[in-house]
Amino acid sequence: MGFKRIYTKISNITKATCTLKAEGARFGELAKVNGMPAQVISVMGEDVTLQVFSGTEGISSHSDVIFTGSPPILKVSDLLAGRFLNGYGEPIDGGPELRGETRAIKGNAVNPVKRSKPSTLLATGIAGIDLNNTLVTGQKIPFFADPDQPYNQVLAEVAMRAEADKIILGGMGLSNDDYLFFKNTFSKAGVLNKIVCFINTSENPPLERLLIPDMACTAAEYFANDQKQKVLVLLTDMTLYADALAIVANKMDQIPSKDSMPGSLYSDLASIYEKSVQFAHGGSITIIAVTTLNEGDITHAIPDNTGYITEGQLFLKQDADIGKVIIDPFRSLSRLKQNVIGKKTREDHPQVMNALVRLYADAMDAKTKKENGFDLNEYDKRCLAFAKDYSRKLLAVDVNIPIDQMLDTGWQLLQTYFKKFEVGIKENIMDHYWDDEKTVNA
Amino acid sequence: MNTGKVTGVISNLIFIEAHGAVTQNEICLIHSENKQLMAEVIRVTGTQVSAQLFETSMTIKMGSLVDFTGRMLEVELGPGILSKKYDGLQNDLTKMSGLFIEIGQTTPPLDSDVYYNFTPLIQPGETVHAGDWLGSVKENWIDHKIMVPFVLKGAYTVVSVVKKGDYLINDVMAVLTSEKDEKIEVTMVQKWPVKRAINAFQQKIRPHKILQTGLRVIDTLNPMAEGGTGYIPGPFGTGKTVLQQAIAKNSKADVLIVVACGERANEVVEIFTEFPKLTDPDTGRTLDDKTTIICNTSNMPVAAREASVYVGMTLAEYYRAMGLKVLILADSTSRWAQALREMSNRMEELPGPDAFPVELPATIANFYSRAGITQLNNGAWGSVTFIGTVSPAGGNFKEPVTESTSKVARCFYALSQKRADAKRYPAIDPIASYSKYLDYPEFVENTDTSLQKGWVALVKKCKDLIRNGLEARDQISILGDDAVPVEYHVVFWKSEMIDFALIQQDSFDDVDMNNSLERQRYMFNKLMDIGDMEFTFTEFEEVATFFKQLINILKQMNYAPFDSAQFKKHKKELDKALLHNGEKMVTQL
Ligand SMILES: Nc1ncnc2c1ncn2[C@@H]1O[C@H](COP(=O)(O)OP(=O)(O)O)[C@@H](O)[C@H]1O
Ligand SMILES: [Mg+2]
Repeated sequence: MGFKRIYTKISNITKATCTLKAEGARFGELAKVNGMPAQVISVMGEDVTLQVFSGTEGISSHSDVIFTGSPPILKVSDLLAGRFLNGYGEPIDGGPELRGETRAIKGNAVNPVKRSKPSTLLATGIAGIDLNNTLVTGQKIPFFADPDQPYNQVLAEVAMRAEADKIILGGMGLSNDDYLFFKNTFSKAGVLNKIVCFINTSENPPLERLLIPDMACTAAEYFANDQKQKVLVLLTDMTLYADALAIVANKMDQIPSKDSMPGSLYSDLASIYEKSVQFAHGGSITIIAVTTLNEGDITHAIPDNTGYITEGQLFLKQDADIGKVIIDPFRSLSRLKQNVIGKKTREDHPQVMNALVRLYADAMDAKTKKENGFDLNEYDKRCLAFAKDYSRKLLAVDVNIPIDQMLDTGWQLLQTYFKKFEVGIKENIMDHYWDDEKTVNA
Repeated sequence: MNTGKVTGVISNLIFIEAHGAVTQNEICLIHSENKQLMAEVIRVTGTQVSAQLFETSMTIKMGSLVDFTGRMLEVELGPGILSKKYDGLQNDLTKMSGLFIEIGQTTPPLDSDVYYNFTPLIQPGETVHAGDWLGSVKENWIDHKIMVPFVLKGAYTVVSVVKKGDYLINDVMAVLTSEKDEKIEVTMVQKWPVKRAINAFQQKIRPHKILQTGLRVIDTLNPMAEGGTGYIPGPFGTGKTVLQQAIAKNSKADVLIVVACGERANEVVEIFTEFPKLTDPDTGRTLDDKTTIICNTSNMPVAAREASVYVGMTLAEYYRAMGLKVLILADSTSRWAQALREMSNRMEELPGPDAFPVELPATIANFYSRAGITQLNNGAWGSVTFIGTVSPAGGNFKEPVTESTSKVARCFYALSQKRADAKRYPAIDPIASYSKYLDYPEFVENTDTSLQKGWVALVKKCKDLIRNGLEARDQISILGDDAVPVEYHVVFWKSEMIDFALIQQDSFDDVDMNNSLERQRYMFNKLMDIGDMEFTFTEFEEVATFFKQLINILKQMNYAPFDSAQFKKHKKELDKALLHNGEKMVTQL
């Protein structure tokens, strides 16, 4: 676009939007109102309505409106590596302006027939993940956590341990402390050259968050597709992103659906999460996100829609019995684990994993029984003892061991607490791994 | 051609000033940067037209030219549909260039350069009606009928039909004349508007024959019928997709249509990669040979979600008209309903419950009613069986999509969070779920002869057994293990046995994943025999121990190929366990 279109007559100003007469504007186009970024959200004949990201405070009916001629863009190149940027893709690290190819964010969908089946193991050393909810590259999965859980610490830990060529952090409504925590973690680990951060802190206007995931995914697509790299995208906190969507919908008088969320929440979230992909050429985008919950309520529209979109969820929970944070084996799930378990990992993996979780469920029943004041039978007591051991040795997030060792630990727990017929594992696997000599409860 | 120009854009809702008469649901093409973007007219007020765009609208300028096509959203019907991977508007995804789907890219649904071997089935001089078979070509291994176009009304006389040989789909296969002497040239291809049902048959009858899905909890306990309808609601992660894919892999259907509607791309990739490798247990061919996938995943245009389910249903009806048994699966119908909601809200229509459009129940009812078993004009039978998943918000079944569907679908496969948490897969709730076909006298009669006399009565008895077991469990947990008679424990553990050995089934195990009706009949009788046995235990703890052993043996049987040496070995163990389980127990057979 050779020239910029400037207008100086705004006809209507609301809290988040302003309307003016302008020619040639397109839906989704980026503009600046008084120098503040804004986006076209409706064009009706000559009337163009803009959503001003930082709010309309200070805008007058004579403010300058400049149309940029394109939707929000990011300049992609290898120069992105190591940079800290804001929601508009502008540096916040004092470094030089970005250079490179201009790409509109929110790019087209990958043709599904051109995707590959994600089946490369992404190991983290955390048994609650690798054993029970095994991840693969090209997967999308959030941590579900109450606000008091150390979710950003766990997220950073996973990012540092997972094998990735690039780590892209999209921070939305991040507290300044957590922003600095990520920065320190990356620099201490000496990985600053392989990260890109798009940051919106709680001090920035909330609507600017809306651009963060698309910016992060556009950078990810550049590295994963153009450079054929394994890219890990971290998005935290997607609940704050959704809250910003609700603010916009509300200001535009849209009819809200459940929990005051816009009716398009599912599609809005899906367009982000579906950017995760395994390409045939080896490049991949894996998205690990955080969705904070309100008192563990996963029926709320945000976690609910998320769960319907992502390939599982990792549920953080405080286990009072061992005094540690664990990955809850019941409510957590990795939908892509079956692409690798027992195939890329040892053959006994699926059976051991299931047996342990099933017996843990028996333990929880026994616990309820005990809490209700009933006598525990001998089996109940064994289950409870097992649960504590299982939680400490395998479920706690501070575990860091290879998968084979997780499986060996699993067998050792089974043999310590249970009888052969109680574990319900397929005969050929039992014959191979169950050591009669080690059985405690013959 | 009638034209118009763009006057407004809000997301994918486009406002157009039309220059002539416009029909509701007509397709229009919006010119934008050398491309033509497809949209469907959804409201006409004088010359003001609202249309939903099947693309993103970022490139559209005010004043852009719009062509109104005068046609509804249509599919192309002809040989070559099977094994195809279509988007929601029947574009062939495999023919698209590039890694990403470019805006406005379209590809032809059929292959105009492939020869099909045609065999005529009719003679010149014969009288024919819409849907009658003129000839047949081999499509993969299926006999694909070339039919009198469905749009033709009244009687026609066959003037000529080509002789056996290889032809292209656009070649003229037959010439017909109408009663008014109009000449009609029939090729292998015809078009049909997707929102209208293909009604080229004599009659639709009540479903009465079991459709084998290979899943015990369905076939044995909650059977699906040929030409029947069912729905699978469940919170996320409870196994809707895995269940539907298991049904897809194992069902005895001639043709399979899978509609991936607004869900994950990786789930379709799973089908793309697996189906060509899997053998159809029924025919020994690859599963891909009989399958068409319609794929409008959650990141693809929202407006095309609605189109995708209708495209799928129309293709299913097309194959039914050939006398085939068609199974159509849609995952998830809730995403389609949500797409309707997004558009309705954007149009500022007065909303119904949960902001869904008020006509949602009628739309769903109308769609499900397109399934059915039909007798064709020539007396042959064809069927469309439809199973859709429903994704209720918050996992709560009291919401508009689940409720509307419950009124029209005859089988209800309720997935329970609790069962999924306990990894009791498939997590179908045995009490809440049902198949209304069990109450159809014609179905009872049919199973009496095809399975065994009194089959349905036995199924109902099994459901009672499960219900009693759960009541016993509640009593035990209220009163405590030793405060209830030992008999309560037996009742409870009998239902646990049914749960573990019948309801639970490992969809990821090569053997267990698919059970023939024969095998199911055998195991079901075995289990119900045990259910009838009276056991005497002195202490409640013995009950659990005994039944856990039984369950373990039964599971090993399920993992072993039917009637294999291994299977027989475990069967012997079972008989032994039942006969001599320690001195404390007396069995009465
Ligand atoms: N029959 C089954 N056997 C084993 N695991 C299952 C089964 N059904 C579901 N699962 C597990 O649950 C996960 C979620 O299932 P899925 O069908 O994708 O759920 P939904 O479609 O209801 O969200 C699967 O990835 C798998 O790990
Ligand atoms: Mg699903």
